[in-house]
Amino acid sequence: MKDQITLTIDGQTVRATPDATIMEVADAMGLSIPRLCYHPHLTPNTVCRLCVVEWEGARTLVPACVARVREGAVIHTASPRVQRARRVILELLASTVDLSESPTLLAYAQAWGADLRRFEAGARRQFPLYDDNPFYVRDYNKCVLCWRCVQTCADDLQYTYALTLGGRGFHSHITTAFNRPMPETTCVFCGNCVAVCPTGALKGKVAFLVQQGTPVPVALWRARPPR
Amino acid sequence: MIAPILLRRVGHIDPESLADYEAYEGFRALRQVLMRRPEQVVEMVKASGLRGRGGALFPTGVKWEAVARQPRRPKYVVCNADESEPGTFKDRVLLEGDPFAVVEAMVIAGYAVGASKGYIYVRGEYHRAYTRLSRAVSVAREAGYLGTHILGSDFSFDIEIRRGAGAYVCGEETALFESIEGKRGMPRQKPPFPTEQGLFGQPTLINNVETLACIPWIVRSGPAWFREIGSPAMPGPKLFCVSGAVQRPGVYEAPVTITLRELIEGMAGGLPSGQEVQAILVGGAAGAFATPEEMDTPLTPEALQAIGVPLGSGAIMVIDHRVPLWEVLRRVARFFAHESCGKCYPCQLGTYRQWEIVERLARGEPLPGDVERLRDIAATMADASICGLGQTAANAILSALEKGLVSVPTPA
Ligand SMILES: Cc1cc2nc3c(=O)[nH]c(=O)nc-3n(C[C@H](O)[C@H](O)[C@H](O)COP(=O)(O)O)c2cc1C
Ligand code: SF4
Ligand code: SF4
Ligand code: FES
Repeated sequence: MKDQITLTIDGQTVRATPDATIMEVADAMGLSIPRLCYHPHLTPNTVCRLCVVEWEGARTLVPACVARVREGAVIHTASPRVQRARRVILELLASTVDLSESPTLLAYAQAWGADLRRFEAGARRQFPLYDDNPFYVRDYNKCVLCWRCVQTCADDLQYTYALTLGGRGFHSHITTAFNRPMPETTCVFCGNCVAVCPTGALKGKVAFLVQQGTPVPVALWRARPPR
Repeated sequence: MIAPILLRRVGHIDPESLADYEAYEGFRALRQVLMRRPEQVVEMVKASGLRGRGGALFPTGVKWEAVARQPRRPKYVVCNADESEPGTFKDRVLLEGDPFAVVEAMVIAGYAVGASKGYIYVRGEYHRAYTRLSRAVSVAREAGYLGTHILGSDFSFDIEIRRGAGAYVCGEETALFESIEGKRGMPRQKPPFPTEQGLFGQPTLINNVETLACIPWIVRSGPAWFREIGSPAMPGPKLFCVSGAVQRPGVYEAPVTITLRELIEGMAGGLPSGQEVQAILVGGAAGAFATPEEMDTPLTPEALQAIGVPLGSGAIMVIDHRVPLWEVLRRVARFFAHESCGKCYPCQLGTYRQWEIVERLARGEPLPGDVERLRDIAATMADASICGLGQTAANAILSALEKGLVSVPTPA
């Protein structure tokens, strides 16, 4: 058992092990810190910054998903600075990406008072629908760039490296090598990327067709031998 | 005016000649250092009060000590020669005019912190600096200043040069490591800091070119001498890059006690005749504006802080009334939108929306609420971005608004 340390979160004194993250301690206290890029089975990438909290004395806010607690730390998980950052990040996201299939993000927007139309005068990221294989479709208009699919496909799970990042800044996007269709990549169609995608950007082909109201082509199920 | 120290050799020696370098004090500091214990060298740098010249002003000795204390090996020394901050060109002058000084300083640093390998990461556009450095490294190696058993000692150290490919963000230390490692140049969340887990995950000392260039002089003349120059909080000579509306743009060496006015009107020869200062952008695109009324401010960190301006990399861009300031702000905003790596949301999205809003304001066609949008984006980028790029991307624009240097058009 590691030595316990004592810190203050939202006015409450708590004890924790020194290797715990702020998020772990706050979760145990029943506080609700929002999160998007964090996934318990993936390497933290700290890209979304929705989990930021205020650590008294720190110059910037810190991401609770990776920042480790320290003896005597005084942390606020919902101070005005924290609230503003969360609200603005959600507003910026909503102006760029189609969040209609991201119920968690929409709930966060409600909780943190984000005005989803505040930046709507700006450009949106726009992509064609990639429907290039029988197993899943990729609709990057719904992609928030959480990196989960890339990491799952790479050394966090599958070691296949079919997905990668392209572009830079606002124009960043998920792609394949030279933007080749999925069947021409190293993809083995394991479906792990689809399973971790939080926004509906990656979707199983059958689910997609059902959603579109399109009859599922016979070939998609007839191809299998009878059970 | 005191005699230049960092620029002492620049323009006076053949930068390709080791003999010239040696004739001007060259490699004497290294010989001296090899007769001391590494801890003594670290102590010396600490005592000098030297602070990083790459922009963040971090105490150099503290960094050296942190790397020296790391038990893990190998350790690396990295010279940050990416110099991509707009308006900054001091490292280029040192690299092209005095390349052996960087090599000597890196060997000293390697000895002090216990590293056996050094990397110089040179901005991709710096062709001449790259060729001069490459030459200096191979000539120094042939002469026994690099490689195994340097100058007959037990110490071995060698240097590899890597070139950037044009991304501003690759000057950020952790993005620079990613780039050397062959990955996409994106910053890492800190901690862990480079001193613990830097290049290839190993303890790494990373310093700016100008920071390193101070080292041999500190060794030769001592920390007390170094502290006599400059201010207590910022000892030593400093290079300033003066550009824009001045008669003699260029790199000037001065202690930070010099005022903006002395630098601009004295050293750089003042503005073109008939022109007056509209604003001064200090610290580059990541910096902030000083007003004409603030020109008697010394360039010490404290005095600058009082007027809300960072010293940064030492870039001083003088803008006269011929240039519409909104045009400058447009370019600053576009610069950050273009250079954001896209890793974290506040900067990936914020720099782009900031640019769109600044464009609207510059055109005189803002939407209701645009200034509040700008302020919210600015605060969010400063508070929640991963790296210094996003954290400073709104500084110049905010300072121009706050100091009333631009007038905000009213929405139609
Ligand atoms: C976006 C960004 C760009 C940077 N570019 C440079 C650069 O071109 N050269 C440099 O020396 N430091 C640059 N830095 C600062 C480095 O991260 C780091 O602080 C510096 O290399 C440390 O050296 P020093 O302590 O000697 O200043 C940059 C930082 C940021 C956030
Ligand atoms: S496709 Fe889905 S999992 Fe991949 S980055 Fe976009 S939102 Fe995340
Ligand atoms: S602040 Fe900008 S440049 Fe830095 S990591 Fe975030 S997106 Fe990349
Ligand atoms: S959940 Fe912590 S940065 Fe995304």
